[in-house]
Amino acid sequence: MAEKPTLVKCLVWDLDNTVWDGTLLEDPNVELFPGIRDTIIELDSRGVLHSVSSKNDHDLAWNRLEELGLAEYFVHPQIGWGRKSDAVRLIAERLNFAEKAVAFIDDLPTERAEVNFHAPDIRCYPADEATKLSGLPEFSPEIVTVDARRRREMYQAGFRRDAEKETFNGPDEEFLRTLDLVMEIKRADEEDLSRVEELTLRTSQMNATGVHYSDAALRALLADPDHEVLTVTLTDRFGPHGAVGVLLLERHPDLWHLKLLATSCRVVTFGAGAVLLNWLIDQAARAGVHLAADFKRTDRNRMMDIAYRFAGFADDPCACVAVLGEPAGEGVQRLHLLADRREAPTTMRLGAPELAAAAGEKDAVA
Amino acid sequence: MTAHGENTPLTAETLQKEILGFLTEHIKTDVEPDQDLFASGVVSSMFAMQLVVHLEDAYDIAIVGGDLKLDNFRTVEGMTGLVLRLRDTAEAAGNA
Repeated sequence: MAEKPTLVKCLVWDLDNTVWDGTLLEDPNVELFPGIRDTIIELDSRGVLHSVSSKNDHDLAWNRLEELGLAEYFVHPQIGWGRKSDAVRLIAERLNFAEKAVAFIDDLPTERAEVNFHAPDIRCYPADEATKLSGLPEFSPEIVTVDARRRREMYQAGFRRDAEKETFNGPDEEFLRTLDLVMEIKRADEEDLSRVEELTLRTSQMNATGVHYSDAALRALLADPDHEVLTVTLTDRFGPHGAVGVLLLERHPDLWHLKLLATSCRVVTFGAGAVLLNWLIDQAARAGVHLAADFKRTDRNRMMDIAYRFAGFADDPCACVAVLGEPAGEGVQRLHLLADRREAPTTMRLGAPELAAAAGEKDAVA
Repeated sequence: MTAHGENTPLTAETLQKEILGFLTEHIKTDVEPDQDLFASGVVSSMFAMQLVVHLEDAYDIAIVGGDLKLDNFRTVEGMTGLVLRLRDTAEAAGNA
C-alpha cells in the first residue's frame, strides 16, 4: 500500500496569473480564474488554511482581494517585493507549521524553483493545477471535524488575541482575566469524541500525559459505567478555541484513576491543564476518594509534568493504588494524590458535570 | 540571561538577586525574599511553570520529580536553596 502523503495544512497562493487572470498593476479590475473561488472555499472547509505570497503593491492587492470577497480566507498574507521563499517560510513560522505541511502555488516556474531551492520541503504546484488540488490526497484529510471547519476562524481569533496581548502591560494572569475565558467540561458523546480526535491521533504532540488511548478505545468506554470520558472546550471573547482536551477517568470504590489527560498545545498558555487538574482534585475530595494519575514523560510534555507536580501529585506510595495493578506501557509512572478541596479558577469561568455523584447516577446527572 | 560557567562561582546572594530581578521584570511588582508568592497571589501556578523553565535554563539544572513540588517555588529563598542544591549535586556527579 502506498504511504499516505503528509497533509497540507496551509496553501500559499501567488496572485497575478494564478488567483486572477492577469496582472493587477496593468489591469486594476482583474477577475478570478474560473474555479479558484470554489477551490479556496472547499479547502477552507476541510481545515486547510490559505495564505498569499505575491509580488505586488500591498494595499492594491489586498483591496482587490477584498473586492473579490476572498480576503477573509487568507491568513498572514505576504504581499511585497521580497523573495517568495522568505515569505513562505515566514508564513510557516507564524503558523507554527513544519515546512512540509505547507504548499505553494504559482504560475512562474522561476518562483517555484526559488522556493524549492531555499525550502525544499515546501511542495510547489503550477497555477494550472489549481482547480485539481482538492482532488489530491495531500489536500484530503480523512476526518474533517467541526473544529477543522472552523480552523481559520480559530487562527484569526488567535491573531487578534496575540495582538492584544502584545499591547497589554501587566501580569499574564490579569490579561487572562480580560479574555472572558469559559471552559466547558462535559461527558462525551460520539460527536464530542470526533472533535477531540486530533488530540488522540497526534499523540506525540498533544497527548499531555504521554499515555495513548485510541479513538476506538475511548468510544468503547463511553457506555462503561466505571469510566468517565470527558471533553473540554474553551471559548473567549475573541472566539472559540474549539475542543481542547480529553480526559479518561476510571472509578474504583476509594480511588479515581486518571488514565488520560490530553490538552491542545494551543491552550497551555491559558493554564488549562492546571484548571482541569484542580477541578478534578476538588471533585475527588468531595467524593472522598484518592486520585492516581498515569504519566509518561516525553520530550514534549514537560508542562504537563509540571502541572501534575504543582497540583500536588507525587511519587509517594499509597496502599490505595494496589487495585490498579501495574501501569500499562513502558515508562509510565503512577502518581498519587490525597485529594483536598480546591478553589474555583480565578482566570476563567468553568462549567462542569458533578462527578462526585455515584457512578450509578451517571445517566441521571448527565 | 547571565550564563554561569565553572569559573564564576554562584553565591546565594547573587542568585537571590537574580531571581528577584527576574520576578520584578515579569510580574511588575517588588517582592521580598521570604514572601510567600502563592499565598499573596503575586504568582499564579501558570507563572510558576515559566519560573521552572527559566531556572533550568539560566542555571543549567534539571528540576524533575519530587523537586517540582510547589513548595520549592513558594519563596525566593526556597528557589535559591533548590538551585544551589541541584548545582552541587550536578558538580558532585561530575556533570558540571
